[in-house]
Amino acid sequence: MSFEDIKLLLTNTFGADVIEGEETGGLQPALLIAPDRIADVCLELRNNSKTYFDFLSCLTGVDYGVEAGRFGVVYHLASIPYKLQLTLKISKEHDRTNGEPVFKSVTPVYRTADWHEREAYDLVGIFFEGHPDLRRILLPDDWEGYPLRKDYKTAEYYKGIKIDF
Amino acid sequence: MINTALENYNHKIAAASVEDMVLNMGPQHPSTHGVLRLELITDGEIVKEVIPHMGYLHRCFEKHAESLTYQQTIPFTDRLDYLASMNNSHAWVMGVERMLGIDKDIPKRVEYIRVLVCEMNRIASHLIAIGTYGIDIGAFTPFLWLFKDREHIMGMLEWASGSRMLYNYIWVGGLFYDLPVGFEERAREFVNYFRPKMAELNQLLTENQIFISRTANVGVLPRDVAINYGCSGPMLRGSGLKWDLRRIDNYSVYPEIDFEIPVGKGEMGTVGDCWDRYKVRVDEIEQSLRIMEQCLDRLQNELKRTTDFDPRAKLPRKLTPKPQDYYIRCEGAKGELGFYFMHTDARSEIPFRAKVRAPSFNNLSVLPEIAKGVMIADLIAIVGSIDFVLGEVDR
Repeated sequence: MSFEDIKLLLTNTFGADVIEGEETGGLQPALLIAPDRIADVCLELRNNSKTYFDFLSCLTGVDYGVEAGRFGVVYHLASIPYKLQLTLKISKEHDRTNGEPVFKSVTPVYRTADWHEREAYDLVGIFFEGHPDLRRILLPDDWEGYPLRKDYKTAEYYKGIKIDF
Repeated sequence: MINTALENYNHKIAAASVEDMVLNMGPQHPSTHGVLRLELITDGEIVKEVIPHMGYLHRCFEKHAESLTYQQTIPFTDRLDYLASMNNSHAWVMGVERMLGIDKDIPKRVEYIRVLVCEMNRIASHLIAIGTYGIDIGAFTPFLWLFKDREHIMGMLEWASGSRMLYNYIWVGGLFYDLPVGFEERAREFVNYFRPKMAELNQLLTENQIFISRTANVGVLPRDVAINYGCSGPMLRGSGLKWDLRRIDNYSVYPEIDFEIPVGKGEMGTVGDCWDRYKVRVDEIEQSLRIMEQCLDRLQNELKRTTDFDPRAKLPRKLTPKPQDYYIRCEGAKGELGFYFMHTDARSEIPFRAKVRAPSFNNLSVLPEIAKGVMIADLIAIVGSIDFVLGEVDR
């Protein structure tokens, strides 16, 4: 199944507004999906007998910078029976003031997403709605701030102890 | 949104410490292979739940990669899976080369040297996996024997790159240096020396009745669970699926090389048990030796060293790819090793975002699922059979 076929399949199943756009400039084309529909799209792509995207290779949380004011998540799916690869992207505007940006969790579809979403929450500060156990994973539970955000300032103190190096 | 996950977790642990026993395994426990802490909720000898805690070795790789150029990050990739550094830098370098569009211009000799050193490193990594697994189960001798043989590989890679574990040998567009004179002969000597050693290992450990009783039918990982949890490499192949990215993606010179993909067959118990995962690694060493031989054949004949050959000739002057996203995946020693690059500035040599898809991270995430209801002693066997490296889990 080619990239165009997958696009057609998704628009036929969910309607035209599920795909917000596409990026075809690079070596790997990506589909921009409506953020609220991502879990449904992943479920359909996994279960459809023409695609069987059963393997979530990678899930990346992205902070697009302070000026852009956007946060996003990138999904790399792979289909083991058909040896296909697909990139899905979702993104949403967020001004960093009012809590964390919220996206739908794909944990019910792919268990791989469990730890990857925890990592995205830990380092980029993206909240995943519907995740069963969204704790920090790499940093201590009481860490302040999200280090992979572009506006992150290195902490000067940790638990009252000065970090000097 | 208010995040209550931490509170829920604290409640769970508080409740469990009244009714059951909460036991901490690690971070200094030797059988957790590094600084992994497993929090066990136990009922007597039965493990009711495993909660892994990691991050003790977190070094902000992704943050570093956002502030260093592609070339400067290569030494950092060596420190991800520090038992198979060559495979890491190979994946990173291939990703950057494809973004630059120079992956077709790399000389054949360079490609063969890369595959040769990667396979040597894969053998070294599997030797550690097997050796330490023996220790976990209670067999000390294989560990010492295998470390002795691993030392030959370490010595040879040091000869080539100048460093024992963290090589910084594979560069974008070429190599640090050509192989030293006499390396090919020495490597061939090693292959001939090492083949019979594997037969010895099989007699000592693989067919050992005590070892089989400890590992067969323990920690069975069904294939669908493995796929859903994103397991890859020997974990997935141990569950009986022929999935090797060296064959699926056909990167580098692997299409020109003949090798087989060993899978778990359930010879001693069920498909996907600890013994199968162990056996896949043993068989993979055999295949890696075959790949090494084929590389050496080419390197000693049609791709022979010439006086004017310069492995740095194709190094690009500036590493400035077109703005694009690229996800590269490779078969590392532990499984699917992926790097995701997000490049937005055409004049910059620094990625906007770089993400590592670490195989050990995903392989470890299945542990709470397959370790439910096992004995504590079996948990050690399961943890050992996953073969993770904390440098890669924590990044």
